[in-house]
Amino acid sequence: MTVLAASGRVWQRNWLVYRRLWGRSLAFGFLQPVLFLTAMGIGIGTLMTQQSLEAFGGVEYIDWLGPGLLAAMAMQTATFESTYPIMNKIMWGRNYEAMLSTPLGIRSILLGELGWSAFRIGSLAVVFLVVLWLFGIPRSPLALLAIPAAVLIGLAFSACLIAFTATQHNDVGFSAVFRFVINPLFLFSGTFFPLAQLPDGLQVVAWATPLFHGVQLVRGAILDQLDPGTAVLHAGYLVAMIVIGAVLAERNLTRRMAG
Amino acid sequence: MTTLSRPIGAPGGGALAIAWSRVWRARRLVERNIMVYRHQWLIIFSGVFEPIFYLAGIGLGLGGIVQTVPLADGRLVAYAAFVAPALLATAAMNGAVFETIFNVFFKLNFAKTYDGVLATPMGITEIAIGEMLWALMRSALYAVAMFFIMWAFGLILSPWGVLMIPAALLVAAAFSAAGLAGTSYLRSVNDFDVPMGLIVMPMFLFSGTFFPISIYPWFIQAFMQATPLYHSISLIRGLSTGIVGPAQAWDLVYLVAFFAFFMWLAMRQMERKLIK
Amino acid sequence: MSPHPSLVHARGLTKRYPNGFTAVDGVDFDVRPGKAFGFLGPNGAGKTSTMRMIACSSPVTEGELSVIGMDPRTQAREIKARLGVVPQIDNLDTELTVRENLEMYARYFDIPGDVARRRTDELLEFVQLDERARDQVEPLSGGMKRRLTIARALINEPDLVILDEPTTGLDPQARHLLWERLYQLKRRGATLIITTHYMDEAEQLCDHLVVMDKAHIVAEGSPRQLIDEHSTREVLELRFPDGVRENLDGRLDGLADRIEELPDRLLLYTADGEHTLDQVKQRDIPIESALVRRSSLEDVFLRLTGRSLVE
Repeated sequence: MTVLAASGRVWQRNWLVYRRLWGRSLAFGFLQPVLFLTAMGIGIGTLMTQQSLEAFGGVEYIDWLGPGLLAAMAMQTATFESTYPIMNKIMWGRNYEAMLSTPLGIRSILLGELGWSAFRIGSLAVVFLVVLWLFGIPRSPLALLAIPAAVLIGLAFSACLIAFTATQHNDVGFSAVFRFVINPLFLFSGTFFPLAQLPDGLQVVAWATPLFHGVQLVRGAILDQLDPGTAVLHAGYLVAMIVIGAVLAERNLTRRMAG
Repeated sequence: MTTLSRPIGAPGGGALAIAWSRVWRARRLVERNIMVYRHQWLIIFSGVFEPIFYLAGIGLGLGGIVQTVPLADGRLVAYAAFVAPALLATAAMNGAVFETIFNVFFKLNFAKTYDGVLATPMGITEIAIGEMLWALMRSALYAVAMFFIMWAFGLILSPWGVLMIPAALLVAAAFSAAGLAGTSYLRSVNDFDVPMGLIVMPMFLFSGTFFPISIYPWFIQAFMQATPLYHSISLIRGLSTGIVGPAQAWDLVYLVAFFAFFMWLAMRQMERKLIK
Repeated sequence: MSPHPSLVHARGLTKRYPNGFTAVDGVDFDVRPGKAFGFLGPNGAGKTSTMRMIACSSPVTEGELSVIGMDPRTQAREIKARLGVVPQIDNLDTELTVRENLEMYARYFDIPGDVARRRTDELLEFVQLDERARDQVEPLSGGMKRRLTIARALINEPDLVILDEPTTGLDPQARHLLWERLYQLKRRGATLIITTHYMDEAEQLCDHLVVMDKAHIVAEGSPRQLIDEHSTREVLELRFPDGVRENLDGRLDGLADRIEELPDRLLLYTADGEHTLDQVKQRDIPIESALVRRSSLEDVFLRLTGRSLVE
């Protein structure tokens, strides 16, 4: 069995579990953007004057917010999928131990999990995009590019967080990651307001964070403002993060499962 | 061998004394939780930062664009001063809900912690009250931290603001009772979607946290005004901005009644779940 | 203060669950102070339900039950203050360390902190876990967890210790260590109530036994009394080559007081097993193997219910 075929088995195992839950998962995947867009997009939008909308490049606040939320959703889903469930398979349920006593190897497990993450985020991105369409936000069919962009964001976070999870021995570290990494990224990556609102020093920091690049890609695709040159830069950042994360994840998982 | 030859209920003290002895013994469960979190204080402590990040991101970041918002009495206030008390109320809710939903679910269904506790003189009442007191302490930590942040940034506009802390405790009590009652209905971890996704998240978004609910048509407003978080925010924002009137009295009545009902339900449900 | 000289007194004790299942159906028994009292029976006989009623963790449906002279319906807290409970499945606090489990449990009994710490030290030594005191509970072996649960049940110096299948699922070494500790406990004068479906455990530990089957008590007495009353002194176990057993045609008649047929062998109940074996050989019955042994509680149970205890 090749590594790739073996990783398919790991993917398949996740699918068997998910099969019973997919309806509910997608329903919540639909409901959440509807609620967020109605509350934050329309609600806060009513507080905006014509003048304040210039900060968003002249588009309505909801149009600006929607794509940002899609990118944030990809990050949050990937984060959740790559912490507790992976920890369960390493430690609590010992699934990986069982898999490794078959022809499956660490690399197949990692690829299978990343493939799974890509699938989950891809399917949620499709649902999210449908919601955005219902709100009339996408400008052209180019908006479909937001789906692969969301998958890139998801993979980048999944790879890095699997690498992190493989080093943890209880779930205390996860709270720290959610609170001190994911939540600030959610709020300060140009999701809710333009980085120009931040003090100069912080702008540079925000510029260096992965979600910022993800948000730029997704928003560019949906509002049809994608500039090929910067798009390659944003995508390149995320791809680099995937590669580094995956290498670390393989190394850490190998150490963990051997020890 | 008889370490406790004296009966444990109050000898000749009547119903009130017995009730008090149970509340008093409930502190043992708080001790237990403190013992557990001595090793994991980061989980609790990190929650302090959530409302602070929201205040910085939404209140100040978005507030730089939104500028001012009208209050119920027509005054225009800075967006951060509008959002901050709502975030304090939400933090009190979150502390209580996380503790009584996730942690109590785990203890009830996986760790079976209470089965061991019930073999001692501790009863259902002590467990329910103990978990609630603990949730209250966690919420209080978040509320107090947020209070000082608001104070430091000059976001408390009225002396009534000092009452935000006791009000936050009432909010925490109401939500921890509801969380405790709700947890007993959950069957698996997949069910968490329901309280979090269908109740807590929509309430967070639609209870006047980020914008005045007056922008909605009357029937949606009526629906929102039925939620406990709306009343929590209305009460706490009223105190921080100095709007104290019949509306806030009604918020108070609502929250007390909400607490009483769910406390009763929580006791009944815990009893059903644990005594067979 | 107790109206009965017994520590636990039950008359017509009944447990019916909301789904209509009757787990315990009108049983009578008395547990005397300072003795080890055993409930013997297969899974589902009603042992655990009886234990849970005594421990005040399951309400009595019908009948009379007094525990240490008190009524579980109205004095549950007072009773529990003086009981030690070892449930069938360990419910240790997995979020606490070994030592914290004991100290915290003591606090539930309102035992002052310094006393709790002293007893914790003593008990950790008693169950030989002093070296694991700072460890988390989860990585402990089954036997260690069991010992910790027993130590926890002793933290309040109980008048009565209830142990529900204390050694089920443990390896032989762990079982013997546990038996030894329980025997020590008995020697110190503690009253024990033990459920088990292991005969050797009941014979080793219990002064007095009741045999339960299908929610009823079917026999009662000391292990020796039960064997004398319901079995013969010895048992001859016979296995036959293929095809012999079907064609015995009554050739074993009159050789034993009673014959039990098990799927793989026959049990001949007799006062003198060797003598009976000689007689079998004299009758030219081909046998594959023969074993003479003393009667045990397993035989009592087989006699009383027509079934083996451990299936």
